[in-house]
Amino acid sequence: MEIRPILSALMRSKVALVLIGLQIALTLAIVCNSLFIISQRVQMMGRESGINEADTFTIGSLGFGAAFDIKTSIQEDVALLRSLPGVADATPTNTTPMSNGGWSTGINLTREQKTSTAPSAMYFVDEHGLNAFGAKLAEGRFFTADEITFRERSSVDWPPVIVITRALANKLFPDQSALGKQVYLDTEGNPNTIIGVVERMQVPWIGWSAEDGPDAEFYSTFVPQNVAFGNFGRYLVRTEPGRRDEVMKAAEAAMLKSNHSRIVREPRTIERIRAEGYQGHRAMTIILIGVIVSLLAVTALGIVGMASFWVTQRTKQIGTRRALGATRGSILRYFMTENFVITSLGLALGVLLTYGLNYWLMANYAAQRLPLVYLAGGIVVLMLLGQAAVFGPATRASRVPPAVATRSV
Amino acid sequence: MFYYYLQLGLHSLKRNPLLTALMVFGIALGIGTSMTSLTVFYLMGSDPIPWKSDKLHVVQMDNWSVEQPYRTPNEPPDQVTYLDANALMQAGKADLQTAMFKLVWPLQPDNQDIKPFSSLGRATYTDFFAMFEPPFKYGGPWDRAQDKDHGRVVVLSSATNEKLFGGQDSSGKKVRLNEIDYTVVGVLDKWQPRVKFYDLTNGAFNDSEEYFVPFTTAIELQTQASGNNSCWDNPKPGWDGYLASECVWIQFWVQLNSTARKDEYLSFLNNYVGEQKKLGRFPRALNNRLPDVNEWIVDQGVVPSDAKIQVGLSFAFLIVCLVNTIGLLLAKFMRKSSEIGLRRALGATRGQLFSQHLIEAGVIGISGGLIGLFLTWLGLMAVRSLYKDLNSVAHMDWFMVLTAIALSVTAAVLAGLFPTWKACQITPATQLKTQ
Repeated sequence: MEIRPILSALMRSKVALVLIGLQIALTLAIVCNSLFIISQRVQMMGRESGINEADTFTIGSLGFGAAFDIKTSIQEDVALLRSLPGVADATPTNTTPMSNGGWSTGINLTREQKTSTAPSAMYFVDEHGLNAFGAKLAEGRFFTADEITFRERSSVDWPPVIVITRALANKLFPDQSALGKQVYLDTEGNPNTIIGVVERMQVPWIGWSAEDGPDAEFYSTFVPQNVAFGNFGRYLVRTEPGRRDEVMKAAEAAMLKSNHSRIVREPRTIERIRAEGYQGHRAMTIILIGVIVSLLAVTALGIVGMASFWVTQRTKQIGTRRALGATRGSILRYFMTENFVITSLGLALGVLLTYGLNYWLMANYAAQRLPLVYLAGGIVVLMLLGQAAVFGPATRASRVPPAVATRSV
Repeated sequence: MFYYYLQLGLHSLKRNPLLTALMVFGIALGIGTSMTSLTVFYLMGSDPIPWKSDKLHVVQMDNWSVEQPYRTPNEPPDQVTYLDANALMQAGKADLQTAMFKLVWPLQPDNQDIKPFSSLGRATYTDFFAMFEPPFKYGGPWDRAQDKDHGRVVVLSSATNEKLFGGQDSSGKKVRLNEIDYTVVGVLDKWQPRVKFYDLTNGAFNDSEEYFVPFTTAIELQTQASGNNSCWDNPKPGWDGYLASECVWIQFWVQLNSTARKDEYLSFLNNYVGEQKKLGRFPRALNNRLPDVNEWIVDQGVVPSDAKIQVGLSFAFLIVCLVNTIGLLLAKFMRKSSEIGLRRALGATRGQLFSQHLIEAGVIGISGGLIGLFLTWLGLMAVRSLYKDLNSVAHMDWFMVLTAIALSVTAAVLAGLFPTWKACQITPATQLKTQ
């Protein structure tokens, strides 16, 4: 196929060339960057929290007045919850992964240090904490019943033993086992010995990774205490597989009945907490997919429209070429190649725009550099889209009978 | 003449319904997408209290650790300690001032049919109502004496009043909160600022409070704030230890009626911190700030970066749609070359042809814009269902409707100008020759 006549024909209608080229360039830039954002969000949403999410829910209690006995209430509530049929285990807890609310503290390796080595989310649980969350122990052991204390308003000390996640252990003690090591949750207090390491436990806050690397989202610490100031109690319940919804109703009813001097707050499944926690990322993903689909549709339809116009405008020339011996195939190829040339020029400009947009996102919104694979993928998709869009008009062109050449308008 | 051109335009558009639909739809999609993201972006960042946003200021004092700032690079905390809140209230140097915090209490209705429920409240001073101007339906704020005497008084939101008293004037009635009876002094009318600017720390798009009680009363009752609490140093044991700690958990706002007053207040703050430094507090360098409402909204990042990225991408999308329309319109006008040539030969001026084709382009733009408005409405509905907390900002207001119309007409005229100009360049002779 001769490319030269195509180029010289294109040069005569530069405007159309520029318009289609620009459209393809912008489309490439938007599609590549959007796909990159989408894939990052999908990856983020797909991260495992490290706990059982299918069979777990939280339920809370808010006692009335200054006379409310929160300690007894917590003990009675967990005992009640554990006794319900269908409950696998339950623990008091201050928060859950992905709930976007919780307690964080800096962890220090020495008493003397001024700034902490790593920040960590605190999960206040009892000896059932590990089993109730369905988290996995990697090393050492979890708490025993006699290690559990109450954390009151007057408490300033941290308990002597803690359990941390593997991510946090690796940060605090790279290349060695954290088991048995001592850290300081409070540099003025007693040291805290790490007695166990948990495989994985996400912090409550989504997007906590900003300053300490992506692993920071798993810097969690279990503390063997029940928080007993204020009148709030919160419990995490894990049910036998498949019985969550039924147990959730039963638990709410049982708690309402057991103690009338408090409110039982609506139970929430971890699945719902996850959905609400990632709401923004999910929305962004859906919106961007919508933009990509509409954009590709608009661009494809635009190419169809322009190509149809060209075919109509050149009907006579096509007829003449046919009359001079060009086959249908060569007419078809002419239009396909023309589109290939235009698309290629557009894509060349598009590569610049893509990295320009990526640079803007990096400069303003802490985005990362766009991996080449997205650009390559985008180029292939747009190339195919262009060829597919032009195929219809090009086929129509190839059907122009040679007799047209002899006809006057 | 206009009407005639309009008819000609419509006729020409009808001749190619598919191409016309493509152009109209392209513009509509571009307008719909960009207006949806722009509306959310604009309402999130727009001034929630325009008549006095420059008079209301947040008080920021840097009581943080000498080792590290509250937030990098060197931001003071967004809240203050009880020590400082109390001292500033006692001093009373601003025109109006209030310390406040978010709390959750069980509300225990008298009516046995309504089960007790956990309810969101705000502990504040009476100046809150004069500063943020929530409208009252019945009664009014409590007076300063109640602030001083830890009065058991409450101002209800209109929704709470509806729930408890069926919307009747409940002034003087009792409401039981956390085992204590409060007398209703006022009931608010519906009040939900688009952005909950007076407590951005605890969620810019959270619901407004169900009731308000005096700050001093909540402190006397040792009420733990349910909002954010940050400490850089361990508090001493007990409630008094907590109150005397360096933990920040109280929002402090002042109203300063002129810039002169603002300067005065800032120097008062600087003096205060200077005095505190002598007592061994405030180890960091002097870093007091008094951002006003709009500065605060920017400072606290109320508009999330996702919303900004969406605006950027959707306007790039609009450009693609416009380029698309320019191309198609150009194709269409060029196709009519011979017709244009004929009309020129028969005496039509370039000006006449220009207006005729611009009207045709305008028709496409306006219909695209109207459909675009409809798509924006759908888009905002989608935004509301995707982001549950954006109910207050994902709505069209008149300003945005006018912006949408202006945007679509501008877009269509811009898209129509070049093809129209090209059409007018057609020389009659060459067109007639080929006939």
